[in-house]
Amino acid sequence: MMPEISLNVLDVAENSTRAGASLVQITVKADTVQDRLSVIIADDGCGMTPEQVAQVTDPFFTSRTTRKVGLGVPFFKYAAESTGGSFTIESEVGVGTTVTAIFTMSHIDRMPLGDITSTIHTLAVYHPETDFLYRYCYNDRSFELDTRQFREVLGGVPFDTPEISEYIKDYLTENKLETDGGAVY
Amino acid sequence: MKSLEELRAIRERVQNQVSMRAEDHAHTRVVVGMATCGIASGARPVLTALSNLVQEKKLTNRVAVTQTGCIGLCQYEPIVEVMEPGKPKITYIKMNPEKAAEVVERHLIGGHIVEEYTLNSADIK
Repeated sequence: MMPEISLNVLDVAENSTRAGASLVQITVKADTVQDRLSVIIADDGCGMTPEQVAQVTDPFFTSRTTRKVGLGVPFFKYAAESTGGSFTIESEVGVGTTVTAIFTMSHIDRMPLGDITSTIHTLAVYHPETDFLYRYCYNDRSFELDTRQFREVLGGVPFDTPEISEYIKDYLTENKLETDGGAVY
Repeated sequence: MKSLEELRAIRERVQNQVSMRAEDHAHTRVVVGMATCGIASGARPVLTALSNLVQEKKLTNRVAVTQTGCIGLCQYEPIVEVMEPGKPKITYIKMNPEKAAEVVERHLIGGHIVEEYTLNSADIK
């Protein structure tokens, strides 16, 4: 079982990169008024057939057949639904896959968001073939990280260059703090 | 908010040193398993620790830290593989950031395999 929502995000987004996605869009939206925490991971990878979509939330079936998904999705689904939230996967072959998990923020069983900054940093720095568009919203404030913009500025300089990796980390850390004022949830 | 101007300035600074290391095939590769099994057992902090230490200790000119999917030994995750050119692959199992620091110090810098953390030393029945 994953102890943090951010680790589920990392896991699902890793599946997106393995599905050959060129762009993975990750949205984390905390709304304390509506008491909802929404996490959306949308990719333009190879997608799944309706049969595969029906199977990915079944840990025993999928772990034997579609190895690229396995146990991760059932963990995430359970984590969202156990808070009175919801979990959906929409997918189309050749178009991509969108995973949406909605949590009830104040529910006692909701696992913490965890270190989402490390998750996004890990994804961005170690996937030179994939672009990421990350949106982080806390009530009415938000910020974005778009690796396509970074790549344009950097030309061919790789993201795992120490100074660049550090910049990405700082960019995520500072902008998150400005967005949520350091809220821990 | 951090600006892209800042990124431009960093690019100017690092561009030259990057072109020097980009074509180097004599790199030691350090690979961390990052599938569900790895992530669930703590691979992300291990990857972060390795990557930070390799930068701090100025090893980036000869060591590259990367990630991979499921290695197939889920019960031993987090797994870190060290591949030095011309040497057999070393598989470290049940890693954490502290053990990772020891591997950087003793193996990547010192050149001695940390035997007690390897798959070979595990009691496999």
